[in-house]
Amino acid sequence: MALRSTDILTQTPQGLYCPLGDFHIDPVRPVERALITHGHSDHARAGHRHVMATRETLRIMGVRYGEDFAGTTQEAVLGEGLRIGDAGVRFTPAGHVLGSAQIVIEAGGTRIAVSGDYKRAEDPTCMPYEVVPCDVFITEATFGLPVFRHPDTRAEVRKLLDSVALFPERAHIVGAYALGKAQRVMALLREEGYDRPIHLHGAMERLTEFYKSEGIPLGETPKVVASERSKLAGTIVICPPSSIQDLWSRRFPDPVTCFASGWMRVRARARQKGVELPLVISDHSDWDDLCRTIRETGAGEVWVTHGQEDALVHWCETRGIKARPLHMLGYGDEGEAEEAPASEDAGGAA
Amino acid sequence: MNRFAAFLDRLGYEPRRNAKLRLLTDYFSRTPDPERGYALAAMTGALMFKEAKPGLIRGLVEERTDPVLFRMSYHYVGDLAETVALIWPAPGHEAGLIPSPLRGGAGVGVGKSERIPKLAENEAPTSASPVDASSGRTTPTSTSSPQGGGEIGIGHNNPPPHVPSLTEVVEALATVSKSDLPGRIAGWMDALDETGRWALIKLITRELRVGVSARLAKTAVAQLGGVEPDEIELLWHGLEPPYEDLFAWVEGRGEKPESGNPAPFRPPMLSHPLEEEDFEKLDAADFLAEWKWDGIRLQAVAGHAGDGRPVRRIYSRTGEDVSRAFPDLVEALAFEGAMDGELLIVREGRVQSFNVLQQRLNRKAVTPKLVAEFPAHLRVYDILAEGEEDLRDLSFAERRKRLEALVARLDDPRIDLSPMVPFATWEDLAAARSDPASVGAGPDADAIEGCMIKRANSPYLPGRPKGYWYKWKRDPYLVDAVMMYGQRGHGKRSSFYSDYTFGVWRDGPGGEELVPVGKAYHGFTDEELVKLDRYVRNHTVNRFGPVREVEYGRDRGLVLEVAFEGLQRSTRHKSGVAMRFPRINRIRWDKPAAEADRIETLEKILERGEKEIHPLQDQET
Repeated sequence: MALRSTDILTQTPQGLYCPLGDFHIDPVRPVERALITHGHSDHARAGHRHVMATRETLRIMGVRYGEDFAGTTQEAVLGEGLRIGDAGVRFTPAGHVLGSAQIVIEAGGTRIAVSGDYKRAEDPTCMPYEVVPCDVFITEATFGLPVFRHPDTRAEVRKLLDSVALFPERAHIVGAYALGKAQRVMALLREEGYDRPIHLHGAMERLTEFYKSEGIPLGETPKVVASERSKLAGTIVICPPSSIQDLWSRRFPDPVTCFASGWMRVRARARQKGVELPLVISDHSDWDDLCRTIRETGAGEVWVTHGQEDALVHWCETRGIKARPLHMLGYGDEGEAEEAPASEDAGGAA
Repeated sequence: MNRFAAFLDRLGYEPRRNAKLRLLTDYFSRTPDPERGYALAAMTGALMFKEAKPGLIRGLVEERTDPVLFRMSYHYVGDLAETVALIWPAPGHEAGLIPSPLRGGAGVGVGKSERIPKLAENEAPTSASPVDASSGRTTPTSTSSPQGGGEIGIGHNNPPPHVPSLTEVVEALATVSKSDLPGRIAGWMDALDETGRWALIKLITRELRVGVSARLAKTAVAQLGGVEPDEIELLWHGLEPPYEDLFAWVEGRGEKPESGNPAPFRPPMLSHPLEEEDFEKLDAADFLAEWKWDGIRLQAVAGHAGDGRPVRRIYSRTGEDVSRAFPDLVEALAFEGAMDGELLIVREGRVQSFNVLQQRLNRKAVTPKLVAEFPAHLRVYDILAEGEEDLRDLSFAERRKRLEALVARLDDPRIDLSPMVPFATWEDLAAARSDPASVGAGPDADAIEGCMIKRANSPYLPGRPKGYWYKWKRDPYLVDAVMMYGQRGHGKRSSFYSDYTFGVWRDGPGGEELVPVGKAYHGFTDEELVKLDRYVRNHTVNRFGPVREVEYGRDRGLVLEVAFEGLQRSTRHKSGVAMRFPRINRIRWDKPAAEADRIETLEKILERGEKEIHPLQDQET
């Protein structure tokens, strides 16, 4: 007899929990056994006793937190099924950032896909999303409103390059999250034929080196030397989003403030951040892709973890799909949680 | 249209004037006629067509979207045009806005939906750009580029929608019937990308504001060739969209267009502020002086059209035709030529304060009551042309004679001369400036904000030429206030807390309290800004988004010496007063907050400025 989906996966204060295998997925507090979908800091936290994730995600956690980020670690091979307690578990690509995976759990004839954060758009820096037919699909809804429709990323990158050509005496400062977005922007710039050095804020350096060591060609990416900033006219500089408004970025020649994010689709958000060249480049699914993915999984039931849950739940219901919001706390929208440690004043007081 | 939209979008985010100029010239040089001409017209507000109401747009989108999702989206985005532009479903697109009856079991759903959305959602927008680019350049018959048409055709029964150029939109809007309008708009919306739809809605609802003045757009056109912007300004009112003759002339491909305008705007001559050290270099004998009036600079131009009908116009300093706001003054322009002067409100022969003038400027509808209550008056100080004769090459002294003669002939109480201020030495003038009433300004002294000093032999030159005209303003009012809030600035200063709200003391229910009286964001040097910014960061007690509240009280807080030009009563401010041009004059690091000024200081200044005559009430001064 089939188990109920809530017998296979439940919600605890730590996050999603599978009692059959006694593990949590992306727990927000330290637990005994954690399965991690990807390396963004709101999903991958330090301090668990045992961590299972893809090789890349484990290495990213090591880069970020030091090699002792967990008691023990276990590498998950994409596509390979295994058993944890009474649950069948499989990691499959999620297309979000390098190493990102969905976690598929099967027990008693019911299959649940925990997608983590995912996107369907093309990304030269990670494996593409793989549709998993399932009974219950657990999705994020960061961009879960029909106004979020990400354009072709190449056109966005060309917008940046056109601006660099038009304003050769200015520096273009691109805010991008340190893990994934920054490297994707670099890779897209290279694909569009930009072969000059791309200058990096110090906070970008280690993860970018890691991407390169994984065989992703990003070209020459020198670190910005503070005293040399005034000489970087005509260049592209990539920094964490918190730095685009800081004094750090004001020392460049007449900087053009750019920000690569799905939020840039909405003008008011871009203006709030003082952005002059918004680049709508997101590592999350837009509305159309959220809907498409739900349909393609054929799931009869959808759980929405975080983001704009209400709209997506409403959409599912109009399609006859059972849906419920999980209202999970602790997960940021498009890496905004990544920003938390960088205090607003870090550069401003300097 | 997509390209025009992308350009507008970029412009809208760019705060710097020179960068805007670069974007404009880049667009004009890369965009063919007539597309660029219509773009110029759209930015200068010169397009004529029946506008669409926001309700029409809303109706169109509601037919196409789930009402719950639309409401949530609108709530999130906050702007109707933007919400509609983003949520508008591409045709044949099953992106989940209206439930489809086709949804079957999982198996069927997967195969089918995988293909359709992929083509419709992802590829249509990308391949749309080359289509747009080509339609802008070529005749409407070549509607699609080969790759665009080919890709979309696969698995799709409908041909790709034709992406309209701005030209097509503008031309269609001029002729389309009211009943056909919704259908046309919907068709364009289907074909455009998100930014294109946004620009289309802003355009047809006449809400297109992208922070570009007409002057800036014309300057950009001038830069295409070696033409002075002022030359375009002179021609402008005789030109019509799409301005092909203008572009041809600027680019050296055609004759200079005729100025068909019988009452053209001529760019005004502006002055430099007089610095203390200038007196040593300037010989008082070379100069003439007149009062500087606290009004609005206007240019009154009158001529006659080909059919002999009189044409009378009043332009603002920037060349905007403001005739409609001053019918009482237009009526008085019974001359041929162009005069430069100041708009004032004069009641019973007495000039009213700027506060009174503002009450007329703030009204949208110009009613007979408004005109009676706030009679517009033109106090002239220069003449640029008389009849067909351009007087701008004459000296100021010669022009003044022509002006005096004209005003005498006009003999209209609504137009009078700005009197000259006699002086022999700079000391004389300083004395006159400090007490205008003593040298004949009489009761109008309150509307005087200093002196204008003009070289007697100066021609009338457009712009702000050096060495001819100076303004020597009355000293500003000063008040010591306490900083209460700091706000992040914009553009280059976005990383600094550069806008400061300050307050003065008053008696509150719980004793002495500070009440905010204004906000200033300039007057300090870059070095001082760094210090003020640090002060705000180090003394923050509260944060409200981009605003920080700082420490203040009797025994703590930073005193700012604020300079301002005037005060008026305001119901929007807690203190009941609003300042004109407040700026930080000095930072009083040394002064204890308890010694800052009290609200009574401001009340006194206010009372002085309120000695006005109320025409429709019993007289009280």
